[in-house]
Amino acid sequence: MDLFEYQGKQFFSEYGMPTSPGQIAFTVEEAVKAAEELGTPVMVKAQVHTGGRGKAGGVKFAANIEDVREHATNILGLDIKGHVVGRVWIEKASDIAEEYYASFTLDRSAKKHLGMLSKEGGVEIETVAEENPDAIAKIWVDPVDGLTENECKEWVTAAALPDQAFDGAVAILMNLYEAYTSGDADLVEINPLILTPEGKVHVLDAKVTLDGNSVFRHEDYAKYDETQTRDERETAAHEKGLQYVGLDGSVGVIANGAGLAMSTVDVINQVGGSPANFLDIGGGANADVMAGALEVINNDPNVKSIFINIFGGITRGEEVANGILEAMQRVDIESPIVIRLDGTNADEGRAILEPNLSDALLMEATMLDAAKTAVELAQ
Amino acid sequence: MSIFVDETTKVIYQGLTGSQGSYYGRLNREYGTKVVAGTHPKKAGTDVDGVPIYANVAEAVQATGATASCIFIPAAGVRGAVMEAAEGGVTFIVAVTEGVPAHDEAYFYNQLKRDFPDVQLLGPNCPGIISPGKCNIGITAGHIAKAGGPVGIVSRSGTLTYQALYELKQKDIGVTTCVGIGGDPVPGTSFIDCLEAFEADPETKAIMMIGEIGGSAEEEAAEYIKDHVTKPVSSYIAGVTAPPGKKMGHAGAIVSGGKGTAQAKMEALEAAGVRVGNNPTEAGELMAEIVATL
Repeated sequence: MDLFEYQGKQFFSEYGMPTSPGQIAFTVEEAVKAAEELGTPVMVKAQVHTGGRGKAGGVKFAANIEDVREHATNILGLDIKGHVVGRVWIEKASDIAEEYYASFTLDRSAKKHLGMLSKEGGVEIETVAEENPDAIAKIWVDPVDGLTENECKEWVTAAALPDQAFDGAVAILMNLYEAYTSGDADLVEINPLILTPEGKVHVLDAKVTLDGNSVFRHEDYAKYDETQTRDERETAAHEKGLQYVGLDGSVGVIANGAGLAMSTVDVINQVGGSPANFLDIGGGANADVMAGALEVINNDPNVKSIFINIFGGITRGEEVANGILEAMQRVDIESPIVIRLDGTNADEGRAILEPNLSDALLMEATMLDAAKTAVELAQ
Repeated sequence: MSIFVDETTKVIYQGLTGSQGSYYGRLNREYGTKVVAGTHPKKAGTDVDGVPIYANVAEAVQATGATASCIFIPAAGVRGAVMEAAEGGVTFIVAVTEGVPAHDEAYFYNQLKRDFPDVQLLGPNCPGIISPGKCNIGITAGHIAKAGGPVGIVSRSGTLTYQALYELKQKDIGVTTCVGIGGDPVPGTSFIDCLEAFEADPETKAIMMIGEIGGSAEEEAAEYIKDHVTKPVSSYIAGVTAPPGKKMGHAGAIVSGGKGTAQAKMEALEAAGVRVGNNPTEAGELMAEIVATL
């Protein structure tokens, strides 16, 4: 779950990190009102689940209320890499002396938490990592031990932050680690972490990704689920509990298991087609799940054919076949369906499908042949 | 022979009294797995289909001599269940449960390495392990695998694991052991753990490895194969055409930048002498060619 910047800042402030006062606004009038309450100058910042806002004109300094009105008008509705800005964060402007970078994420190779700290913040950290890797001080933290204050101090020393920033940085990084672990985050990132001319260390941006698997111990995370960016198709699939990712091709894909679904997308591409989506219906393939999946795909106007790729393991072929037939009766499907059914009791399942085959329902023996047929039908 | 589990392995099912646990516990038992006990803190003294329930793993181990456990406990309880199993004295733990928070996985992975270095954890979020004809722990449909060898399989994806077993059975090729390591960020057992075990197993003559986009486990496996594996390997990587930055169902399958792409993984494996197929069928055909030359 990706958080908007303002949600990330609220999340950080719950863990005691200093952030600037601000308000969220959905309209120009709300933005103006927020700025009046906060007092200018303020920053007007687009809230989107993607990077590169600044370059796209989504972050502006407003010296007075007229500026706020102008920038909010321009930024609301702006398209940033396919994300349309629906809300802006109005934040009290800060004076900046220096900009740093700080983050924690999981290092899957080392199987430890990885902290990264650099005094060269404010820019893309990937560029720094590439051009000047020594400018990033890294610390690997064993999840069992956690981060001690002494280790944190050594880390800040290694990053060569100025003395002025030392205590403030240590305090924020200890809290950042706490937010990362107690908050079950996949990523917490502050870029920039700033030093003000008065010598205060302060959080100026927040990128937070929370682990969706942890919601059972964070009931309040439901509020973040509501603000996830999904297109219409993804919203419909999410409501049905389906693992769905929208793509932009013409062959609808339904498969059981994430690996098989990915593999199906691959094979469609390999035979010259383009998949409309990735959809994993999970281990079983009963009529309810299948009907839901067909409904989602059927509502996608780009879909010209549908490829159902099922491998029966524990789920038997005849259950899958009956599920598909029942689902087809429930949903009025516009595109032809190609089925590949294999695995446990595949013969029995195919025998059930056989009498129902037509121009609207075709069956192929292998994944490759089924993909070819589906791609032909989509053209 | 087989790796990690065989016909003598006695298994405890943590969560045997639940719906998933009792269902797969029964299927595993029917397959021939020695399902010797279940655990439940409040149901000690009862039984499920004649399998006795103990209050915890330690008591079950003491009563039955079990060396393995299989976890069918909801995600919230997995961290506790893994540690209970290790403390209870088993040395092989299969955690089938999906949806375990990554921080829990990182925690018990490191805790096990430190306090229980002899314990091998498989999963979480994995289909389990099957040594065909001998032992099946988890949710794999046993009859889609042909027993006997000479191929060992290790896979990050559930349904593609079944697909691989099935492709080989269609070609009348047997499997020593098939290990589903799961696609989560911190898997207890890695490709390398399995490659090492297959290399040491005299009955395994060739290895099939199925990976997917995200992380760098396949690249690390390729390095290991280059230096330590003498047996022929065939492979398939799912997600060749996945768009960058999209998350395709598995927590682990995230492509970021140029790292972890299927292309990078395939190139690393080919450079290590692995024969890489473009789809599961092709990987099966490559394995059939390899087996024919053994």
